[in-house]
Amino acid sequence: MATRISRRVATVRGLTRGFGERTVLAGLDLDIAHGEFTALLGRSGSGKSTLLRALAGLDGAAEGELEVTGSVAVAFQEPRLVPWKRVDANIALGLDVPDPGERTRRALAEVGLTERAGAWPLTLSGGEAQRASLARALAREPELLLLDEPFSALDALTRITVHQLVLRLWAVHRPAVLLVTHDVDEALALADRVLVLHEGRIAHEELIGVARPRHRDHPDLTSLRTRLLTALGVSTDAGLTPDRAATPEEQR
Amino acid sequence: MSIPALDAQGVRGPAPAAAPRATTPRRSRPAHAPGRVKVWQRWVSPLAALAVWQIASTTGLLPQSLLASPSTIAVTAAGLISDGTLPAAIAVSLQRVAAGFLLGGITGILLALAAGLSRAGENAVDPLMQMLRALPFFGLIPLFILWFGIGETPKVALVALAVSFPLYLNTFAGIRGVDGKLAELARTLKLGRAALVRHIVLPGALPQTLVGLRQSLGVAWLALIVAEQVNADAGLGFMINDAREFLRTDVIVVGLLVYSALGLLTDALVRLMERRALTWRRGFLGE
Ligand SMILES: Nc1ncnc2c1ncn2[C@@H]1O[C@H](COP(=O)(O)OP(=O)(O)OP(=O)(O)O)[C@@H](O)[C@H]1O
Ligand SMILES: [Mg+2]
Repeated sequence: MATRISRRVATVRGLTRGFGERTVLAGLDLDIAHGEFTALLGRSGSGKSTLLRALAGLDGAAEGELEVTGSVAVAFQEPRLVPWKRVDANIALGLDVPDPGERTRRALAEVGLTERAGAWPLTLSGGEAQRASLARALAREPELLLLDEPFSALDALTRITVHQLVLRLWAVHRPAVLLVTHDVDEALALADRVLVLHEGRIAHEELIGVARPRHRDHPDLTSLRTRLLTALGVSTDAGLTPDRAATPEEQR
Repeated sequence: MSIPALDAQGVRGPAPAAAPRATTPRRSRPAHAPGRVKVWQRWVSPLAALAVWQIASTTGLLPQSLLASPSTIAVTAAGLISDGTLPAAIAVSLQRVAAGFLLGGITGILLALAAGLSRAGENAVDPLMQMLRALPFFGLIPLFILWFGIGETPKVALVALAVSFPLYLNTFAGIRGVDGKLAELARTLKLGRAALVRHIVLPGALPQTLVGLRQSLGVAWLALIVAEQVNADAGLGFMINDAREFLRTDVIVVGLLVYSALGLLTDALVRLMERRALTWRRGFLGE
């Protein structure tokens, strides 16, 4: 037990955060172990970004215990590139390593942005900007990598490529990753552990033992998918139920 | 002389405070065929007005003592240039504007940095600046004459005072307007305070500072004109005042034209600077 505790990169106990009347996080507990890949699911507005901001040390008003050991890097939900710095300068900004230029080039190559290194951020496409933001976080080689829906603006093909990229980099550097996503399949493809945030707490947790690379139709994943969707409050009866339920409502 | 004109944009050039973004439509290029026709059309009415003016003067409808004819003005301008009067006057006036502008500009920006970068600085500087801003500063001329005499100092001081406010206000607003999300980003990137100011705050405030620069140049010329009207023994204002004594409307008009030309010139310089400094904005990439 003692070893487990010492190997944690983040420990959260009773984290509470509200905005005005509204309580978004209500006594949330969370442990993240070194090198663990965790996915965080939750409906829009459930407080996923709020939790990430607290973990990144950006939320002075959150109450409760929060301990993060080691370096942290964040890829925000929106790319947050500094508009007056070219892409490579954005990635090198604050990069405190012996050879930031080389590290930057490598990070850009990893996300397939070598050719856009000299571009102004405002000229990037949504997906390019997200990849640049991802490269900026990866280049720091942190012990805890916080990713807030970093793949949401990517097309399906790029997304698969970037998934593989993140898994490869994770396998090499072994950071702990907390990946926020809306996409259950993405969580199932990448994570060791999937959490569902609901009503201000971690309401559901699933460990995924399936070895990578994972096939989408692996029977274990199929049953996990059903359980997670249920935890998220989505019925899985061929996806038709919401329509059927809505029709009588509308006709009333 | 009670022009309550701190917010006046100067006599020329629309540089409204509410247009800080780079949305000014670029002039249509003569390369386009329809554009060429339009450019030509735009000259019709000014030229017609000039013709009417000339005719009115030659027929005696418009007496020389009220307004000289365009041809007389042109001849006078040529004479003033060739005998060295105009270049000398311009040199004197330019020096006053340059000195006042540097003094006031540096003061304004330094004060904005002090106020923008810390709450303590804001509390110390901003209330004072807001109060001073409310003063009708052309009304200060009598005081300035008492304090600084009638030499160059009161003129430079008036220009400096006029210039410092637009630069202060815009730079301060620019610093405070920097996206908080970028400041947050800087924290996650472990940027120290100096790096935060250098990489995020100052470049973020620059567009607004440049708006302030344009406004302050407009006000600088306005302040100079006023200061030179009051008393001067050299410079453009002196030339104009002197001409009034002798009913030389042609010389007065030449002086006014020079003022506006200089104003347009400095405005164009700032625009050039804007274009170079703000290339990161999509609008300036010329795609
Ligand atoms: N600074 C703030 N002021 C007021 N309310 C806020 C603030 N930040 C977040 N909220 C509220 O807290 C709730 C949770 O926000 P959060 O951004 O954490 O949601 P999320 O789970 O990341 O949602 P999404 O999946 O849509 O990104 C939302 O209802 C949001 O409106
Ligand atoms: Mg979010």
